[in-house]
Amino acid sequence: MVTTDRAPSESGVAAPAPAEQIFELRGVTVSYAGVPAVRDISLDVRAREITALIGPSGCGKSTLLRTLNRMNDLIPRARVEGSVRYHGEDLYAPGVDLVQVRRRIGMVFQKPNPFPKSIHDNVAFGPRVLGMDGDLDEIVERALRRAALWDEVKDRLKANAFGISGGQQQRLCIARALAVSPDVILMDEPCSALDPISTSRIEDLMTELKEDYSIVIVTHNMQQAARVSDRTGFFTVDPDDRAGRMVEFDVTDRIFTNPADPRTEAYVTGKVG
Amino acid sequence: MEAATVFGAARPRYGERLIRALLFLAALLSILTTVGIVASLLRETVAFFGDVSLVDFLTGKEWAPLFADPKFGVWPLVNGTLLVTGIALAVAVPLGLGSAIFLSEYARPRTRRVLKPILEMLAGIPTVVFGYFALTFFTPEILRGALGVDVQIFNALSAGIVMGFMVLPTIASVAEDAMSAVPQSLREGAYGLGANRMQVSTRVVFPAALSGIVAAVILGISRAIGETMIVLIAAGQIANTGVNPAEAYETMTAFIAATGKGDVPTGSIGYKTIFAVGFALFLMTLVMNALSIRFVRRFRQVYE
Repeated sequence: MVTTDRAPSESGVAAPAPAEQIFELRGVTVSYAGVPAVRDISLDVRAREITALIGPSGCGKSTLLRTLNRMNDLIPRARVEGSVRYHGEDLYAPGVDLVQVRRRIGMVFQKPNPFPKSIHDNVAFGPRVLGMDGDLDEIVERALRRAALWDEVKDRLKANAFGISGGQQQRLCIARALAVSPDVILMDEPCSALDPISTSRIEDLMTELKEDYSIVIVTHNMQQAARVSDRTGFFTVDPDDRAGRMVEFDVTDRIFTNPADPRTEAYVTGKVG
Repeated sequence: MEAATVFGAARPRYGERLIRALLFLAALLSILTTVGIVASLLRETVAFFGDVSLVDFLTGKEWAPLFADPKFGVWPLVNGTLLVTGIALAVAVPLGLGSAIFLSEYARPRTRRVLKPILEMLAGIPTVVFGYFALTFFTPEILRGALGVDVQIFNALSAGIVMGFMVLPTIASVAEDAMSAVPQSLREGAYGLGANRMQVSTRVVFPAALSGIVAAVILGISRAIGETMIVLIAAGQIANTGVNPAEAYETMTAFIAATGKGDVPTGSIGYKTIFAVGFALFLMTLVMNALSIRFVRRFRQVYE
């Protein structure tokens, strides 16, 4: 395990370091109103890899994803136990600046959720609220190019973001996340509302992005996990307490060809789920 | 073979027809009432302008319709209405929208469940209570006493501020509904970029809910312009073209109410002025509503 020796920044969250481990989760349990949604998860997310979380509905994979940028803090009575470390630092330590957490750890949601603003203003939103330095137009262009959307929208940056297709909207949301220069991008079933062509464009984009970013993706689509990810965690619902558990976490190839657990095999071969 | 064998013959549904007819009547009745009001207003207004020139009415600076030498310039009444309404909005819009943002974006669900009904209860207080509250408490105890403002006993300031508190719950409640209707996914998107609560509220939720928020403010303005009891009791009845809120003013509604109480004979010029002023009031609200609809169409941000 590689740990970072960088001093914590003022915000309490370290600047991205070239550490192997981005996230280290140990015994993480997330509960809503006292009822555990996902229980006792330990896994490591590595830098510049795509880590996929798969499993049937209700297995807590989205819940787990949302603990990685503290999005669950928005839900009253949500509670996170166990240890979530980001570059070696406790993400849930008192005094951690949520603004910095979410700036470093970007998120793309299940349904494209552009703001009711122009394409330009959607991408500029993050840099604006964070008061980032630099030429805004340049930041916007760079983010849109990185999200493979620039050529399609460069002539209508002032147009409302709702005027573009769903797949374009989702790439806009990716551009919006990239504009604040994150370290990690969390994707919560980013293609579930998209057609196959748009889906494949997003998958290509993810593969390009992992050169510079670490990606954690939750997906229902096993083929997608098999196609794009480096490591995969398989989650299931525990029949006793209805909470999600992680059955197995391994290199994606092994999960899909030679899984250790018969439940994983049953799921990836389509026998259940 | 008859075609009706699969589904059977449709029986006439008399109950459904009856309900449909009753609902149509209900809708028709409200339209007919509105038409009736406008028609009766219009009839007397036309009669009024048979006696008084429209130019005098619109441009005159003096309002004394019941004097021996009557003057029919409506401006002082419009001025009074605008002044009191302006003061009311200066109170109600910031406080109302502030309350709406608090309830929708900051308050915990339980707090909201307790606070919102209490706020809406404020809207149920009869305006006559607000009126005497302004005259017998707010003017002497707060304005003159606690704040030491030198106001006349009847004044626009007290009536306006108290009217602001009357209008506040309407604005807060309607605006809160509009803001709560903004999809959670937009908030999450903004929080996910590192926006703080204030930025999410003002840069994402507020613009997304703008059309509903404008509607809330319009509703507040309409209530303020049309409000009668508070100004009748607390603002005085002096036609005044000034702008000093410490003085007494007569508003259009207060004139109508005071004059309509019965000491003018039906058919007299004094009687007709009531309708002329009423019609002017009606036109003001109408124009404002039309303008606001245009505004909303223009600046509306559609999500979904």
